[in-house]
Amino acid sequence: MTYPKPMFAQATPAPAPAVAALPGAPAKPALLPELGRRARAVAGVVLPPLLTLLVVLAVWQAIVGDSYAGLPSPKQVWLESKDLILHPFYDNGGVDKGLFWHVFTSLKRVGIGFSISAVCGILLGVFVGSNRWAHRGLDPIFQVLRTVPPLAWLPISLAAFHQANPSALFVIFITAIWPIIINTAVGVRNIPSDYVNVAKVLRLSPVEYFFKILLPATTPYIFTGLRIGIGMSWLAIVASEMLLGGVGIGFFIWDQYNASRIADIIVALAWVGMTGFFLDRLVALIGHFVSRGNAVS
Amino acid sequence: MAKAYLSIENVGVTFNKGAARTEVLCGVDLKIEKGEFVSIIGHSGCGKSTLLNVVAGLTPVTTGAVILDKQEVNAPGPDRAVVFQNHSLLPWLSVRENVSLAVDKVFGGSKSAAERREWTLHNLELVKMTHALDRRPCEISGGMKQRVGIARALSMEPKVLLLDEPFGALDALTRAHLQDSVMEIHAALNNTVLMITHDVDEATLLSDRIVMMTNGPRACVGQILDVPLVRPRDRLVVAEHPTYIHARAAVIEFLYARRAA
Repeated sequence: MTYPKPMFAQATPAPAPAVAALPGAPAKPALLPELGRRARAVAGVVLPPLLTLLVVLAVWQAIVGDSYAGLPSPKQVWLESKDLILHPFYDNGGVDKGLFWHVFTSLKRVGIGFSISAVCGILLGVFVGSNRWAHRGLDPIFQVLRTVPPLAWLPISLAAFHQANPSALFVIFITAIWPIIINTAVGVRNIPSDYVNVAKVLRLSPVEYFFKILLPATTPYIFTGLRIGIGMSWLAIVASEMLLGGVGIGFFIWDQYNASRIADIIVALAWVGMTGFFLDRLVALIGHFVSRGNAVS
Repeated sequence: MAKAYLSIENVGVTFNKGAARTEVLCGVDLKIEKGEFVSIIGHSGCGKSTLLNVVAGLTPVTTGAVILDKQEVNAPGPDRAVVFQNHSLLPWLSVRENVSLAVDKVFGGSKSAAERREWTLHNLELVKMTHALDRRPCEISGGMKQRVGIARALSMEPKVLLLDEPFGALDALTRAHLQDSVMEIHAALNNTVLMITHDVDEATLLSDRIVMMTNGPRACVGQILDVPLVRPRDRLVVAEHPTYIHARAAVIEFLYARRAA
């Protein structure tokens, strides 16, 4: 069985140039042109998405107009949900909180579920990747299970756990674990035989082999899996919080839907999207630091 | 007569791939004395690398045995350090860490931390790589990587140093530099070296003996040629020497003329 090289689920164009352009190197002779060059570099990265956003909003406004049926226009969203947009940190007790608190609660849940699936996924992936029979036996099953959508796991986990909270965590866990297992396994199977020979000549013990050869050699693959996994676990949050109730961005969306406050849902969606984007960047950044110098041999 | 230091006795290797059986080596006999520099030369695919892997313990023998210093070889170990063709440095470790990984593993019980640090540096000094201690393999040239690979192998204080076409991937100038370095190190430490090569000049310049392998499958030792040139050898002086010219001609004759017959 051959795999394509690990891919990122959401191939977000990296805004790296903006970051790379910022650190100030000494530029004595021509400070002004240098500043101008950097400003242009930053603007080149920041302006296109902003302009695109403006165009999209304008088109949306033009199509929907100010009718009071169906999808609200951007202007209506602003008018109806101004408080929600401007005050993300308010807290009136109970479920009546700003969006920041909803997102924060959801992030905590994703943090727990994702951490468990990261640990289990990496261990299982190492096992499946290093044992031929485990691979033959388990890989087809993983390939089937990974296509099951988060929502479909919900009744199953409820039946298994009987309680809302562990079921919700399980849904996040089970959604995120497959790409982590599969990518880790691919990484382990792709460890160059040279490294294995070095380990053999040095007579590294299994534990030393694991920490000194296997883990560093598979780090890029593991982080590819983690990156897809964190994206998917964030996708699962809405499904799992429908069940939970209380505070959380998923339940907030469900609640507002029941209250027919579509404008609030649109604002919440923007928060969900931005949070997902930052989670993805965060894992990518950690991966970049952890596997520094490992990309090319 | 005392047993040779490294003795390859009637070694045969057969690979089974499904139903197909390939007999790569058959009845290979070779005795190598302590401190000797022996090259194995032959056409591509004749099983030179397989033979080296057998000595390294990475490939098990089908028949026969390899005996090093009165002990049979049946697993890889640091007493038979290998310098691989493509350097095989670990890319996530710096130059220093690549060597200290080996030093810490081999001498973890017998040397103190300070001694091990010193030993790591000493070996990198031998290959003149102390200027790039904290660089990573991706930041240094191919020749430098191979130097570090040699330092790593030397640092294990192996009973025999196994070089698997160590300079094959390098350009001619870099290769000449490294050959000189290897000769210097061999002169200084008097290691026992077994080198795989397909470069006739390299074999003639470096070796005390050249082992010529017949073509596979079922390859064996075709002929062994002594190169009785005094050391240290200078590539410029030696190139004119009748012994060198004769040895070189004999190897070429074996590789190209015999093959046709």
